[in-house]
Amino acid sequence: MKNALKSSVAILLGLTFASQTLAQTMVTELGQGEGQVNIVAWPGYLERGETSPDFDWITSFEEATSCKVNVKTANTSDEMVALMNEGGFDLVTASGDASLRMVAGKRVQPINIDLIPSWSTVDDRLKEAPWHFVEGTHFGVPYMWGPNVLMYSTEVFPEAPTSWNIVFEPMNLPDGAPNEGRVQAYDGPIHIADAANYLMFHKPELGIISPYELNEEQYTAALELLRGQRKLVGRYWHDAFIQIDDFKNEGMAASGTWPFQVGLLQGDGAPVASTIPQEGATGWADSTMMHVDAENPNCSYMWMEHTLASNLQSDLSVWFGANPAVPAACTDGRGMQTAEGCTKNGLDDFERIKFWTTPVSSCESQESCVPYYRWVSDYIGVIGGR
Amino acid sequence: MSRHTNAAVSLSDLLWRRPNLLLLILILPPALWLGIIYLGSLFALLAQSFFSIDEFSGVIQYELTLKTYGELFRPANFDIIVRTVVMAGAVTIGAAVVGFPVAYYAARYARGKWKAIFYLGVMMPLWSSYLVKVYSWKLILAKEGILNWLFETLHLGWLLNAYLAIPIIGGNSLSVSSTGTFLVFLYVWIPFMILPIQASLERVPHTMLEASGDLGARPYQTFLHVLLPLALPGVIAGSIFTFSLTLGDYIIPQIVGSSRRFIGQAVYAYQGTAGNIPLAAAFAVVPIVLMAFYLWIAKRKGAFDAL
Repeated sequence: MKNALKSSVAILLGLTFASQTLAQTMVTELGQGEGQVNIVAWPGYLERGETSPDFDWITSFEEATSCKVNVKTANTSDEMVALMNEGGFDLVTASGDASLRMVAGKRVQPINIDLIPSWSTVDDRLKEAPWHFVEGTHFGVPYMWGPNVLMYSTEVFPEAPTSWNIVFEPMNLPDGAPNEGRVQAYDGPIHIADAANYLMFHKPELGIISPYELNEEQYTAALELLRGQRKLVGRYWHDAFIQIDDFKNEGMAASGTWPFQVGLLQGDGAPVASTIPQEGATGWADSTMMHVDAENPNCSYMWMEHTLASNLQSDLSVWFGANPAVPAACTDGRGMQTAEGCTKNGLDDFERIKFWTTPVSSCESQESCVPYYRWVSDYIGVIGGR
Repeated sequence: MSRHTNAAVSLSDLLWRRPNLLLLILILPPALWLGIIYLGSLFALLAQSFFSIDEFSGVIQYELTLKTYGELFRPANFDIIVRTVVMAGAVTIGAAVVGFPVAYYAARYARGKWKAIFYLGVMMPLWSSYLVKVYSWKLILAKEGILNWLFETLHLGWLLNAYLAIPIIGGNSLSVSSTGTFLVFLYVWIPFMILPIQASLERVPHTMLEASGDLGARPYQTFLHVLLPLALPGVIAGSIFTFSLTLGDYIIPQIVGSSRRFIGQAVYAYQGTAGNIPLAAAFAVVPIVLMAFYLWIAKRKGAFDAL
């Protein structure tokens, strides 16, 4: 049994390595489009005017290049990684916690930025971001980024709260009632990073450099903070639409969230607003990455150029409440976004945002860090009241 | 052509001479299905649970060990198992208590058109999407939902608040309490309890109840000593459904309740986001073991005689 397993694992590894050496080559010149491109994307990321006629950035591409865009949506980073491992797709819009996993797993190929004429328009802060630029090689084209903001009820808070402490520490809110049972937190283990980010500001003696790179002592302190938070949180949010419902029907006062929910709630006339408090915030930055065995490389490159050059950057940032990877899209009128809109979405807060990355044991800032799989099991314990 | 005919004839001769061969050919596809696809994946799962994850690097080590099963007994993980089993038990008992009178009425009193309406009433919730039902329950139980409004209108808000103040079963509102999770489970699974009870009640001869009455038994004595023992196999058959369905569900506790994990959610989190497949597999084995034990007891109680 054991031997059989070992040999099968060895064969598997052998095959993986064999395909890796083949796959490391980069596209050097472009030819005719293949007629289609298959993309794995977050819901709402690829719109062809079907959800709302004002939001369409696929039709123009299909007409200009005769590459048909086939979209497969994925709800979590893990689903994205799984789909890319299965294969059959050309591109994926990966967040920072998925992108490095795919680079490490050799599921994506290097990008030749010379084949993307609009590369120079990309935000300089994103061009060589560590979640897609690995060991001097580009593995992705920046797509969108955004902060995890603090959403609050304007009925409870006449002025924007200045600190995340309203969701971490027991206290009375400005309306006189305690915050217990009226705040929410994200139910993904990555929320430990929000706690670490809070401690980074309030307990400098812990010496946290990055909220994704925690040693045992720092990690224990973050968990301790979260155990206190458990007493305040009635339900952790998992699904964006359940959280929206909770703010409407459960009398929620504050929670960490995505700009997406804030926009939808405000669109419904709910009394909410959002802010990035003094501690800064965590955030996400997505990149378009290309599968090692992409069958439609020419259409893929044309699509990557399209993501940077068309109305996509501008209109998507309105649609999703995110920030374009091309800063000019805020102002040059290629779409509906305006300079005020970008400021509202947090364009100027880039430096205050710690972007999602997967915690690994061999980390840069210190000797060894607590890896992600322990974040998962310990966070389950915290939510369970342990 | 003739060669073909000869081949066909000799084949049919062979099958006639050896009936076992025919049986083997017929049984092979379902056996392969059960053996390879069904049991095979189950054993693959079992095998995974005997591996472990390296604490330091998070890489799965393919060496047989019981370490992963030991991790199930860590307080945080053991809580999840206890929580799920208690919930499954409570839902089962609740479903039996609520379902029995309904099934009794449907089996004994409803006639003709009403019987059809009863069947329809019990089955109808099964026709609509499970998710829609759960979401609508979330709205019913919400702090600003209809149930809370009803309590307030009847000036009984204090009663609900007093109940919600009880630790463990209470919470900030019904929809974020374990009671809410319980109610939704109860609603979603109750058809699976009513139908087997009704089937078993219909099999109890009316004459027996009359004989019990003739011999001087009071109604509750008749219920306790005649009706219940005869209907018990149906109750146990129903309880198998409600118990196992609650044990494995991972969507209801995610939408309604206090976010405290159940076994299904733990499996999802460990295999999906953590890449800790051994622990996910070990968790998945827990309901299998529990249900095997449960079925063994149910069989001894004669639950399968009624099916």
